[in-house]
Amino acid sequence: MKVKLRNPDRQVDLPGGRPIREVLDELGIDGDTVLVIRDGELVTRHEQVGDDDELEVRPVISGGSR
Amino acid sequence: MRCKRCRGPAVVEVRRHNAAFCKECFPGVFTEQVRKAIRRFEMFGRDDRVLVAVSGGKDSLALWDVLLDLGYDATGLYLGLGIGEYSDRSHDATEAFARERGAELRVVDLADEYGYDIPTAGREGSRSTCAVCGLSKRYAFNAAALDGDFDVIATGHNLDDEAATLLGNTLRWNTDFIARQSPLLPGRDGFVKKVKPLHRLSELETAAFAFLRGIDYVVEECPLVAGNTQLRYKEAMNAIEATSPGTKAQFFLGYLDRGMPLFAQDDVVLRPCESCGHPTTGRFCAFCRARAQVLDRRLEGPGIEEVPDEDRDVARSLSDEVMPVEIYGRTT
Repeated sequence: MKVKLRNPDRQVDLPGGRPIREVLDELGIDGDTVLVIRDGELVTRHEQVGDDDELEVRPVISGGSR
Repeated sequence: MRCKRCRGPAVVEVRRHNAAFCKECFPGVFTEQVRKAIRRFEMFGRDDRVLVAVSGGKDSLALWDVLLDLGYDATGLYLGLGIGEYSDRSHDATEAFARERGAELRVVDLADEYGYDIPTAGREGSRSTCAVCGLSKRYAFNAAALDGDFDVIATGHNLDDEAATLLGNTLRWNTDFIARQSPLLPGRDGFVKKVKPLHRLSELETAAFAFLRGIDYVVEECPLVAGNTQLRYKEAMNAIEATSPGTKAQFFLGYLDRGMPLFAQDDVVLRPCESCGHPTTGRFCAFCRARAQVLDRRLEGPGIEEVPDEDRDVARSLSDEVMPVEIYGRTT
Protein backbone atom coordinates (compact mmCIF):
# COMPACT_ATOMS: atom_id res chain seq x y z
CA MET A 1 0.00 0.00 0.00
CA LYS A 2 1.29 3.46 -0.91
CA VAL A 3 0.73 6.26 1.59
CA LYS A 4 1.25 9.85 0.49
CA LEU A 5 2.10 12.17 3.36
CA ARG A 6 1.98 15.97 3.17
CA ASN A 7 3.91 18.94 4.60
CA PRO A 8 6.46 17.97 3.43
CA ASP A 9 5.23 15.75 0.60
CA ARG A 10 6.62 12.23 0.71
CA GLN A 11 5.50 8.65 0.12
CA VAL A 12 5.93 5.47 2.15
CA ASP A 13 5.07 1.84 1.38
CA LEU A 14 3.33 -0.09 4.14
CA PRO A 15 1.49 -3.43 4.35
CA GLY A 16 -2.31 -3.30 3.95
CA GLY A 17 -4.94 -5.76 5.15
CA ARG A 18 -5.78 -3.79 8.28
CA PRO A 19 -7.86 -0.81 9.41
CA ILE A 20 -6.59 2.67 8.64
CA ARG A 21 -6.25 3.47 12.34
CA GLU A 22 -3.50 0.82 12.57
CA VAL A 23 -1.69 2.41 9.63
CA LEU A 24 -1.91 5.81 11.34
CA ASP A 25 -0.70 4.30 14.62
CA GLU A 26 2.31 2.85 12.84
CA LEU A 27 3.06 6.28 11.38
CA GLY A 28 2.58 7.92 14.79
CA ILE A 29 -0.25 10.08 13.47
CA ASP A 30 -3.24 11.17 15.57
CA GLY A 31 -6.32 10.31 13.48
CA ASP A 32 -8.09 13.49 14.63
CA THR A 33 -5.44 15.63 12.97
CA VAL A 34 -5.63 14.30 9.40
CA LEU A 35 -8.00 13.61 6.57
CA VAL A 36 -7.49 10.21 4.96
CA ILE A 37 -8.34 10.10 1.26
CA ARG A 38 -8.61 6.95 -0.88
CA ASP A 39 -9.45 7.12 -4.58
CA GLY A 40 -10.57 10.70 -4.21
CA GLU A 41 -12.95 9.89 -1.34
CA LEU A 42 -12.71 10.59 2.37
CA VAL A 43 -12.57 7.50 4.55
CA THR A 44 -12.79 7.05 8.31
CA ARG A 45 -10.08 5.38 10.35
CA HIS A 46 -12.28 2.30 10.69
CA GLU A 47 -12.08 1.44 6.98
CA GLN A 48 -10.03 -1.56 5.96
CA VAL A 49 -7.22 -0.95 3.45
CA GLY A 50 -5.67 -3.42 1.06
CA ASP A 51 -2.14 -3.86 -0.25
CA ASP A 52 -3.07 -2.25 -3.57
CA ASP A 53 -4.66 0.84 -2.07
CA GLU A 54 -3.19 4.32 -2.32
CA LEU A 55 -3.91 6.68 0.55
CA GLU A 56 -3.31 10.37 1.03
CA VAL A 57 -2.90 11.45 4.64
CA ARG A 58 -3.55 15.19 4.73
CA PRO A 59 -2.90 17.22 7.90
CA VAL A 60 -5.64 19.56 9.04
CA ILE A 61 -3.71 21.58 11.60
CA SER A 62 -3.00 25.16 10.65
CA GLY A 63 -0.97 27.43 12.81
CA GLY A 64 0.52 30.84 13.09
CA SER A 65 -1.13 34.09 13.90
CA ARG A 66 -4.33 35.08 12.17
CA MET B 1 -19.36 3.21 10.42
CA ARG B 2 -22.79 4.48 9.49
CA CYS B 3 -24.06 8.02 9.09
CA LYS B 4 -25.96 9.15 12.16
CA ARG B 5 -28.59 10.79 9.98
CA CYS B 6 -29.23 8.46 7.05
CA ARG B 7 -27.35 5.25 7.99
CA GLY B 8 -25.34 5.46 4.75
CA PRO B 9 -21.57 4.83 4.73
CA ALA B 10 -19.83 7.43 6.92
CA VAL B 11 -16.82 9.41 5.72
CA VAL B 12 -16.36 11.83 8.64
CA GLU B 13 -16.17 10.78 12.27
CA VAL B 14 -16.82 13.41 14.94
CA ARG B 15 -15.59 11.67 18.04
CA ARG B 16 -16.60 14.36 20.53
CA HIS B 17 -20.23 13.78 19.52
CA ASN B 18 -19.74 10.03 19.20
CA ALA B 19 -21.14 10.41 15.70
CA ALA B 20 -20.23 9.97 12.05
CA PHE B 21 -21.72 11.34 8.84
CA CYS B 22 -21.81 10.48 5.16
CA LYS B 23 -20.61 12.79 2.39
CA GLU B 24 -24.17 13.89 1.59
CA CYS B 25 -25.22 14.71 5.18
CA PHE B 26 -22.03 16.20 6.62
CA PRO B 27 -22.08 19.56 4.75
CA GLY B 28 -25.58 20.17 6.12
CA VAL B 29 -24.48 19.29 9.66
CA PHE B 30 -21.53 21.67 9.30
CA THR B 31 -23.67 24.48 7.92
CA GLU B 32 -26.14 24.08 10.77
CA GLN B 33 -23.35 24.66 13.29
CA VAL B 34 -22.36 27.88 11.46
CA ARG B 35 -25.98 29.05 11.45
CA LYS B 36 -26.22 28.31 15.14
CA ALA B 37 -23.11 30.40 15.87
CA ILE B 38 -24.37 33.33 13.77
CA ARG B 39 -27.79 33.18 15.43
CA ARG B 40 -26.62 32.76 19.00
CA PHE B 41 -24.21 35.69 18.90
CA GLU B 42 -26.33 37.77 16.49
CA MET B 43 -23.21 38.14 14.37
CA PHE B 44 -24.84 39.68 11.30
CA GLY B 45 -28.05 39.75 9.32
CA ARG B 46 -29.17 39.60 5.72
CA ASP B 47 -28.74 43.33 5.23
CA ASP B 48 -25.19 43.47 6.56
CA ARG B 49 -22.15 43.63 4.29
CA VAL B 50 -19.72 40.98 5.49
CA LEU B 51 -16.00 41.12 4.69
CA VAL B 52 -14.54 37.60 4.91
CA ALA B 53 -10.79 37.49 5.54
CA VAL B 54 -9.61 34.73 3.18
CA SER B 55 -6.13 33.22 3.21
CA GLY B 56 -6.62 30.42 0.68
CA GLY B 57 -6.66 27.85 3.49
CA LYS B 58 -9.44 25.45 4.39
CA ASP B 59 -11.04 27.47 7.18
CA SER B 60 -11.51 30.82 5.51
CA LEU B 61 -12.64 29.34 2.19
CA ALA B 62 -15.04 26.98 3.98
CA LEU B 63 -16.47 29.98 5.84
CA TRP B 64 -16.85 32.03 2.67
CA ASP B 65 -18.50 29.06 0.96
CA VAL B 66 -21.06 28.61 3.75
CA LEU B 67 -21.89 32.32 3.96
CA LEU B 68 -22.41 32.54 0.20
CA ASP B 69 -24.55 29.41 0.30
CA LEU B 70 -26.67 30.85 3.09
CA GLY B 71 -27.26 33.93 0.97
CA TYR B 72 -25.24 36.47 2.93
CA ASP B 73 -23.64 39.47 1.26
CA ALA B 74 -20.09 38.15 1.70
CA THR B 75 -17.08 39.74 0.00
CA GLY B 76 -13.64 38.14 0.30
CA LEU B 77 -10.52 40.03 1.31
CA TYR B 78 -7.11 38.56 0.54
CA LEU B 79 -4.06 40.17 2.12
CA GLY B 80 -0.82 39.54 0.24
CA LEU B 81 1.87 38.85 2.83
CA GLY B 82 4.78 38.46 0.40
CA ILE B 83 5.78 34.98 1.57
CA GLY B 84 7.15 33.82 -1.79
CA GLU B 85 5.48 30.93 -3.60
CA TYR B 86 3.31 30.19 -0.59
CA SER B 87 1.63 33.59 -0.92
CA ASP B 88 1.35 33.17 -4.71
CA ARG B 89 -0.48 29.84 -4.30
CA SER B 90 -2.69 31.28 -1.56
CA HIS B 91 -3.65 34.22 -3.74
CA ASP B 92 -4.37 31.91 -6.68
CA ALA B 93 -6.62 29.72 -4.50
CA THR B 94 -8.71 32.69 -3.37
CA GLU B 95 -8.97 34.04 -6.93
CA ALA B 96 -10.02 30.62 -8.25
CA PHE B 97 -12.66 30.22 -5.54
CA ALA B 98 -14.06 33.70 -6.16
CA ARG B 99 -14.24 33.05 -9.92
CA GLU B 100 -15.95 29.72 -9.46
CA ARG B 101 -18.52 31.12 -7.03
CA GLY B 102 -19.01 34.42 -8.83
CA ALA B 103 -18.08 36.22 -5.63
CA GLU B 104 -16.28 39.51 -5.17
CA LEU B 105 -12.69 39.32 -3.95
CA ARG B 106 -10.72 42.35 -2.80
CA VAL B 107 -6.95 42.15 -2.66
CA VAL B 108 -4.61 44.24 -0.53
CA ASP B 109 -0.86 43.79 -0.83
CA LEU B 110 0.97 44.49 2.41
CA ALA B 111 4.15 45.68 0.63
CA ASP B 112 2.28 47.96 -1.78
CA GLU B 113 0.01 49.38 0.90
CA TYR B 114 2.29 49.56 3.91
CA GLY B 115 5.83 49.25 2.58
CA TYR B 116 6.93 45.89 3.98
CA ASP B 117 6.26 42.18 3.67
CA ILE B 118 6.14 39.55 6.41
CA PRO B 119 9.56 37.95 5.80
CA THR B 120 11.12 41.43 6.10
CA ALA B 121 9.12 42.17 9.24
CA GLY B 122 10.29 38.89 10.77
CA ARG B 123 13.92 39.82 10.10
CA GLU B 124 13.83 43.50 10.99
CA GLY B 125 11.33 43.76 13.84
CA SER B 126 11.58 42.83 17.49
CA ARG B 127 8.40 40.77 17.46
CA SER B 128 8.18 37.19 16.26
CA THR B 129 7.19 36.74 12.63
CA CYS B 130 3.80 35.31 13.59
CA ALA B 131 3.14 38.17 16.03
CA VAL B 132 3.85 40.91 13.49
CA CYS B 133 1.90 38.96 10.86
CA GLY B 134 -1.14 38.77 13.14
CA LEU B 135 -0.85 42.44 14.02
CA SER B 136 -0.55 43.40 10.34
CA LYS B 137 -3.56 41.28 9.38
CA ARG B 138 -5.82 42.72 12.08
CA TYR B 139 -4.85 46.25 11.11
CA ALA B 140 -5.19 45.72 7.35
CA PHE B 141 -8.52 43.88 7.68
CA ASN B 142 -9.94 46.67 9.83
CA ALA B 143 -8.61 49.35 7.47
CA ALA B 144 -10.10 47.57 4.44
CA ALA B 145 -13.45 47.12 6.19
CA LEU B 146 -13.59 50.79 7.13
CA ASP B 147 -12.52 51.81 3.65
CA GLY B 148 -15.14 49.60 2.00
CA ASP B 149 -17.89 50.54 4.45
CA PHE B 150 -18.42 46.94 5.60
CA ASP B 151 -20.55 46.17 8.66
CA VAL B 152 -18.57 43.22 9.94
CA ILE B 153 -15.32 41.28 9.43
CA ALA B 154 -15.64 37.47 9.54
CA THR B 155 -12.59 35.28 10.10
CA GLY B 156 -12.19 31.51 9.82
CA HIS B 157 -10.97 30.83 13.36
CA ASN B 158 -12.14 27.36 14.34
CA LEU B 159 -12.63 25.53 17.64
CA ASP B 160 -9.02 24.31 17.71
CA ASP B 161 -7.71 27.86 17.15
CA GLU B 162 -9.86 29.26 19.92
CA ALA B 163 -9.15 26.46 22.40
CA ALA B 164 -5.40 26.78 21.80
CA THR B 165 -5.51 30.55 22.24
CA LEU B 166 -7.55 30.24 25.41
CA LEU B 167 -5.09 27.66 26.73
CA GLY B 168 -2.16 29.99 26.03
CA ASN B 169 -3.85 32.98 27.62
CA THR B 170 -4.85 30.90 30.64
CA LEU B 171 -1.35 29.52 31.13
CA ARG B 172 -0.13 33.11 31.28
CA TRP B 173 -3.25 34.45 33.06
CA ASN B 174 -3.62 37.13 30.42
CA THR B 175 -6.95 38.11 31.94
CA ASP B 176 -7.50 41.05 29.57
CA PHE B 177 -7.17 38.77 26.55
CA ILE B 178 -9.25 36.03 28.20
CA ALA B 179 -12.07 38.52 28.83
CA ARG B 180 -12.14 39.48 25.16
CA GLN B 181 -11.94 36.03 23.59
CA SER B 182 -15.47 36.10 22.31
CA PRO B 183 -16.63 34.97 18.85
CA LEU B 184 -18.15 38.44 18.57
CA LEU B 185 -16.29 41.66 19.23
CA PRO B 186 -18.65 44.61 18.81
CA GLY B 187 -17.55 47.53 16.67
CA ARG B 188 -16.52 50.72 18.42
CA ASP B 189 -14.52 53.89 17.92
CA GLY B 190 -13.02 52.98 14.55
CA PHE B 191 -12.96 49.22 15.06
CA VAL B 192 -15.29 47.28 12.79
CA LYS B 193 -17.27 44.42 14.40
CA LYS B 194 -15.41 41.09 14.20
CA VAL B 195 -16.96 37.63 14.25
CA LYS B 196 -15.79 34.00 14.17
CA PRO B 197 -18.66 31.88 12.83
CA LEU B 198 -16.61 28.63 12.76
CA HIS B 199 -15.80 28.63 16.48
CA ARG B 200 -18.02 25.60 17.13
CA LEU B 201 -16.27 23.45 14.48
CA SER B 202 -12.95 21.62 14.70
CA GLU B 203 -10.13 21.76 12.17
CA LEU B 204 -10.94 18.23 11.11
CA GLU B 205 -14.52 19.27 10.40
CA THR B 206 -13.57 22.39 8.41
CA ALA B 207 -11.03 20.38 6.40
CA ALA B 208 -13.59 17.63 5.73
CA PHE B 209 -16.21 20.20 4.73
CA ALA B 210 -13.80 21.95 2.35
CA PHE B 211 -12.81 18.62 0.80
CA LEU B 212 -16.38 17.40 0.37
CA ARG B 213 -17.41 20.72 -1.16
CA GLY B 214 -14.59 20.41 -3.69
CA ILE B 215 -12.82 23.52 -2.47
CA ASP B 216 -9.27 23.61 -3.81
CA TYR B 217 -7.59 25.06 -0.72
CA VAL B 218 -3.89 25.40 0.02
CA VAL B 219 -2.85 22.33 2.00
CA GLU B 220 0.72 23.35 2.67
CA GLU B 221 1.55 25.21 5.85
CA CYS B 222 3.09 28.67 6.01
CA PRO B 223 6.89 28.16 5.74
CA LEU B 224 7.47 30.73 8.50
CA VAL B 225 5.30 29.02 11.10
CA ALA B 226 7.83 26.45 12.41
CA GLY B 227 8.10 26.58 16.20
CA ASN B 228 5.02 28.73 16.54
CA THR B 229 3.67 28.75 20.10
CA GLN B 230 0.08 28.36 18.94
CA LEU B 231 1.00 25.07 17.28
CA ARG B 232 2.48 23.75 20.51
CA TYR B 233 -0.73 24.56 22.37
CA LYS B 234 -2.71 22.81 19.64
CA GLU B 235 -0.54 19.73 19.99
CA ALA B 236 -1.07 19.76 23.75
CA MET B 237 -4.83 20.04 23.32
CA ASN B 238 -4.80 17.26 20.71
CA ALA B 239 -2.90 14.96 23.08
CA ILE B 240 -5.65 15.41 25.69
CA GLU B 241 -8.40 15.15 23.07
CA ALA B 242 -7.02 11.82 21.80
CA THR B 243 -7.88 10.10 25.07
CA SER B 244 -10.75 12.38 26.16
CA PRO B 245 -12.78 13.37 23.08
CA GLY B 246 -14.73 16.55 23.68
CA THR B 247 -12.19 18.25 25.94
CA LYS B 248 -11.48 21.07 23.48
CA ALA B 249 -15.17 21.84 23.06
CA GLN B 250 -15.79 21.66 26.81
CA PHE B 251 -12.85 23.98 27.40
CA PHE B 252 -13.75 26.68 24.88
CA LEU B 253 -17.54 26.42 24.60
CA GLY B 254 -17.72 25.93 28.37
CA TYR B 255 -15.66 29.10 28.74
CA LEU B 256 -18.16 31.01 26.59
CA ASP B 257 -21.07 29.74 28.70
CA ARG B 258 -19.63 29.88 32.18
CA GLY B 259 -16.12 31.33 32.17
CA MET B 260 -16.32 34.56 30.20
CA PRO B 261 -18.77 36.28 32.56
CA LEU B 262 -16.19 35.88 35.35
CA PHE B 263 -13.61 38.00 33.53
CA ALA B 264 -14.42 41.69 33.62
CA GLN B 265 -13.49 43.79 30.60
CA ASP B 266 -11.81 47.10 31.28
CA ASP B 267 -13.48 50.04 29.59
CA VAL B 268 -10.48 51.12 27.55
CA VAL B 269 -10.47 54.74 26.40
CA LEU B 270 -9.45 55.01 22.76
CA ARG B 271 -8.14 57.97 20.77
CA PRO B 272 -6.83 58.35 17.22
CA CYS B 273 -3.27 57.21 16.51
CA GLU B 274 -1.22 60.34 15.78
CA SER B 275 0.28 58.67 12.72
CA CYS B 276 -2.60 56.87 11.00
CA GLY B 277 -5.76 57.91 12.85
CA HIS B 278 -6.81 54.39 13.80
CA PRO B 279 -7.96 53.90 17.39
CA THR B 280 -5.38 53.28 20.09
CA THR B 281 -4.80 53.94 23.76
CA GLY B 282 -1.43 55.66 23.34
CA ARG B 283 0.04 58.26 20.97
CA PHE B 284 0.74 55.74 18.22
CA CYS B 285 -1.00 52.45 17.52
CA ALA B 286 0.86 49.14 17.76
CA PHE B 287 0.76 48.70 14.00
CA CYS B 288 2.42 52.06 13.31
CA ARG B 289 5.05 51.37 15.95
CA ALA B 290 5.83 47.94 14.51
CA ARG B 291 5.87 49.33 10.98
CA ALA B 292 8.20 52.15 11.92
CA GLN B 293 10.53 49.64 13.50
CA VAL B 294 10.48 47.34 10.49
CA LEU B 295 11.07 50.21 8.07
CA ASP B 296 13.62 51.80 10.39
CA ARG B 297 11.76 55.07 10.23
CA ARG B 298 10.65 57.59 12.82
CA LEU B 299 7.05 57.95 13.91
CA GLU B 300 5.66 61.45 13.58
CA GLY B 301 2.13 62.69 13.45
CA PRO B 302 0.90 62.43 10.81
CA GLY B 303 2.83 59.65 9.09
CA ILE B 304 6.14 57.89 9.21
CA GLU B 305 9.26 59.79 8.20
CA GLU B 306 12.84 58.96 7.37
CA VAL B 307 14.82 58.78 10.57
CA PRO B 308 18.20 60.47 11.01
CA ASP B 309 20.98 58.14 12.07
CA GLU B 310 21.14 59.61 15.56
CA ASP B 311 17.45 58.91 16.20
CA ARG B 312 17.31 55.32 15.03
CA ASP B 313 16.45 54.05 18.45
CA VAL B 314 13.23 56.09 18.67
CA ALA B 315 11.10 53.58 16.84
CA ARG B 316 12.55 50.74 18.87
CA SER B 317 11.76 52.38 22.19
CA LEU B 318 8.23 53.21 21.03
CA SER B 319 7.69 49.62 19.99
CA ASP B 320 8.15 48.51 23.58
CA GLU B 321 4.94 50.26 24.67
CA VAL B 322 1.74 48.35 25.22
CA MET B 323 -0.03 46.98 22.15
CA PRO B 324 -3.48 48.54 22.35
CA VAL B 325 -4.60 47.46 18.91
CA GLU B 326 -4.54 43.97 20.31
CA ILE B 327 -7.65 44.71 22.31
CA TYR B 328 -9.15 43.19 19.20
CA GLY B 329 -7.74 39.79 19.76
CA ARG B 330 -4.41 38.11 19.90
CA THR B 331 -2.96 34.75 19.23
CA THR B 332 -0.35 33.66 21.70
